Amino acid sequence: MGGLLGNLLASRRALRERGIVGMNGRNIELIAKYNSRRLYPLVDNKLKTKQLAEQNDIPVPGLIHAIDSQYQIRGLPKILARQEGFAIKPAKGSGGKGILVITDRRPGQFIKPSGASLRLRDIRHHVNNILSGLFSLGGSPDVAVIEELIRPDPVYDDLSVEGVPDIRIIVYRGIPIMAMMRLSTRESDGKANLHQGAVGVGICMATGRSINAVQFTHLVTHHPDSGADLLQIKIPDWAKMLNLSARCYDATGLGYLGADIVLDVNKGPLLLELNARPGLAIQIANGAGLATRVAAVDALPPAALSESPERRVARAQALFAAE
Amino acid sequence: MSVASRRSRYLSLFALVTILVTVGLGMSFYRHYVAEVPWFPGEEKLIWSIEAAVDFQGSGGPAKVTLLRPVNQQGFSVLDESGASPGYGLAFLDEGGAPTAQWTTREANGSQQLYYRAEILQRNSGAGDYPSPPAPSLKSISWEEPYATAVNAISDLAFQQSADAFTFAQQLVAQFTSADKAQDIQLLLNSVGQENLPDLLADMLQSRDIPAAVVFGLNLEDGRRRQRLKPLLRVWSDNESQVFNVDDDGSDANQPLLLWQPSRGFSLEVVGGSGSDLSFSMIRSEVTNYGQLASALGEANDWLGFSIHALPIEEQAMFKTILLLPVGALVVCLLRILVGLRTSGTFMPVLIALAFIETSLVTGLIGFLLVVTVGLMIRSYMSHLNLLLVARISSVIITVIAIIALFAVFSYEVGLTEGLKITFFPMIILSWTVERMSILWEEEGWKEVAVQGSGSLLTAVCAYLAMTSPWIRHLSFNFIGLQLVILALIILLGNYSGYRLLELHRFRAMAVTSKTPES
Repeated sequence: MGGLLGNLLASRRALRERGIVGMNGRNIELIAKYNSRRLYPLVDNKLKTKQLAEQNDIPVPGLIHAIDSQYQIRGLPKILARQEGFAIKPAKGSGGKGILVITDRRPGQFIKPSGASLRLRDIRHHVNNILSGLFSLGGSPDVAVIEELIRPDPVYDDLSVEGVPDIRIIVYRGIPIMAMMRLSTRESDGKANLHQGAVGVGICMATGRSINAVQFTHLVTHHPDSGADLLQIKIPDWAKMLNLSARCYDATGLGYLGADIVLDVNKGPLLLELNARPGLAIQIANGAGLATRVAAVDALPPAALSESPERRVARAQALFAAE
Repeated sequence: MSVASRRSRYLSLFALVTILVTVGLGMSFYRHYVAEVPWFPGEEKLIWSIEAAVDFQGSGGPAKVTLLRPVNQQGFSVLDESGASPGYGLAFLDEGGAPTAQWTTREANGSQQLYYRAEILQRNSGAGDYPSPPAPSLKSISWEEPYATAVNAISDLAFQQSADAFTFAQQLVAQFTSADKAQDIQLLLNSVGQENLPDLLADMLQSRDIPAAVVFGLNLEDGRRRQRLKPLLRVWSDNESQVFNVDDDGSDANQPLLLWQPSRGFSLEVVGGSGSDLSFSMIRSEVTNYGQLASALGEANDWLGFSIHALPIEEQAMFKTILLLPVGALVVCLLRILVGLRTSGTFMPVLIALAFIETSLVTGLIGFLLVVTVGLMIRSYMSHLNLLLVARISSVIITVIAIIALFAVFSYEVGLTEGLKITFFPMIILSWTVERMSILWEEEGWKEVAVQGSGSLLTAVCAYLAMTSPWIRHLSFNFIGLQLVILALIILLGNYSGYRLLELHRFRAMAVTSKTPES
């Protein structure tokens, strides 16, 4: 027993030294302290997030239509008539639930990324499910958001299976402090959730280069399905992406924020969604603790936190350059 | 947020916790030192209240009723005795080792009723060593033919198959109570009658020079009324004696048996009356050492002595459960905040633990797993129907009720009365559990269902163990102040920002790289 307790204490000390934040620490020191409850609806509803982003000149995937009543479902053929590809999402969904992506059209058919084809009837049914709250928290009635399709930058080919790779950036009091790229795998079933088997790639804040990659909690060097080298990734437009994430703080006022960003080949970085309770797996992907970075931001002079987004990003890149 | 406001938050937190702990412990110490409630529950005692009712018709003149009283014996001690009998003088006599209660009156007319009540403590068998009463003197007995031959034949057979007086008696009893009786035995039984079998057996033993007598005892069973004394066969050998049950009336061998009349003689003697009748009723109660104190507490009503004992018994029993809920909540807080267990529904495990208290742990666990498994199977079919949430949960509730009813009926038919306890489960909670687990299965896969399911059950079992601990039950019920201490603990836990135990495992990759190898 003494040995076990000793080991536990030793690993607790090691985690402390590396500045790892645990769930309790995150909930008390970060979320409860910096995220006011009244701001949650801004990020828990994708439609509101989108409107807020547009007001603040933050680029988002274009909105085709928002369907909020059964009646509007009749107009679906007209709404989708001129769309090659699109995504239908529940506004209050979480964790990627209820998202339907159509990448191609054939007469009378809608083609999913996997190659499966759907009919208009299936799409109607899906929208109906979203409206009745099948995917929203607590089953409350929801709105179906139809967005333009994201055309991922070809630099990401081979990196992700059946899904667009997205980049999660944690912004603490307006300063981006940590980033990771999430790559879906066959094991994660095209989803970008790390606990379901997606690969997390830690990204250097200064350069946008990958520094570390993990699947579950194991270090990996190559994508388990495509075999792409995960340690040679360099994200284009990195400073622009950081800038985008920093501006999300100004738009929402959330002091502890996760911004999910995708890189569109035509439009550049787009904000996909915001998260007021971003998870902690990003620490494992980066091999670094959030607490160290939070402390570095807290040590900045107060004036630094009210500088322009560009200045704050420059500070972040200087503070958190991987050695 | 400034350092100053943070400090003031901690200060107010510290002040609140200090006040709660001080008041809570203060109330508890007051209870302990002033009201003298012990910190520990002490031994649970089993006490039988036995009431003997004597009925007879008075003949108009003076009457004297003598009733034998029970004595301390193996497994039982008499704590308290009393009698109720208007118009009668009552004396507890103790002559020649046979204690009696004697009612006397100058004029007994018409229907008379006399009551004697004893509080008898049941102890572990083996406690206390009581010598047998002296063996009764032998008397010579003779039978007429053809009975004499039958008696001899039966006795000879039993004698051959036995080693001593006790086994001899045992063999005799066995022969007379066996399902297929020999002709001799049928003959004897027909002549004396089944109800006189104990006397016949005693006589047969006497005729072989073994002291034996018919004595009378009482089978103790909670809530029984109008019980009669039961004749038993007592056999002596040297200084020892044994009591044999000669009835094959199917009475439970595990039922405690109190000897009311331990030797030959009489139980009831009525002089000056007729048509006398003796019947018993009994109630079982379990009390702790401070039992007498509890009634005193009910009367102390000052603020510091604030006590649940002031309520009527029935409401007290309800509060016994309610006051355990904070303990369950504390267990949940500990396991979620310090250990990091994931459960399905925050306080669902506490409610399940409450159900376990009613059903007993193993039955409860099996029942829970059965209902949830079958519920999940049916719910997975229903997910094809794409119902709206409220309608879906409602259907699950009805399904769960159907499953529970089915199991109850089935287990009853099979003869497992334990299965009936399944009805103690909170059905709405079970339905939500099924619903949540089913969604979890669809969204996150079976692994997460297994993780949360076993987390919930583990939490429920921990909460069950805490809530059934006699000491914790004693403390939570008798020291209301400790509820404030639990509240303070939970508030402190709510401010714990350190790692959860399971996070040490989750982030183990991060701990290993910086740790120097140890030998």
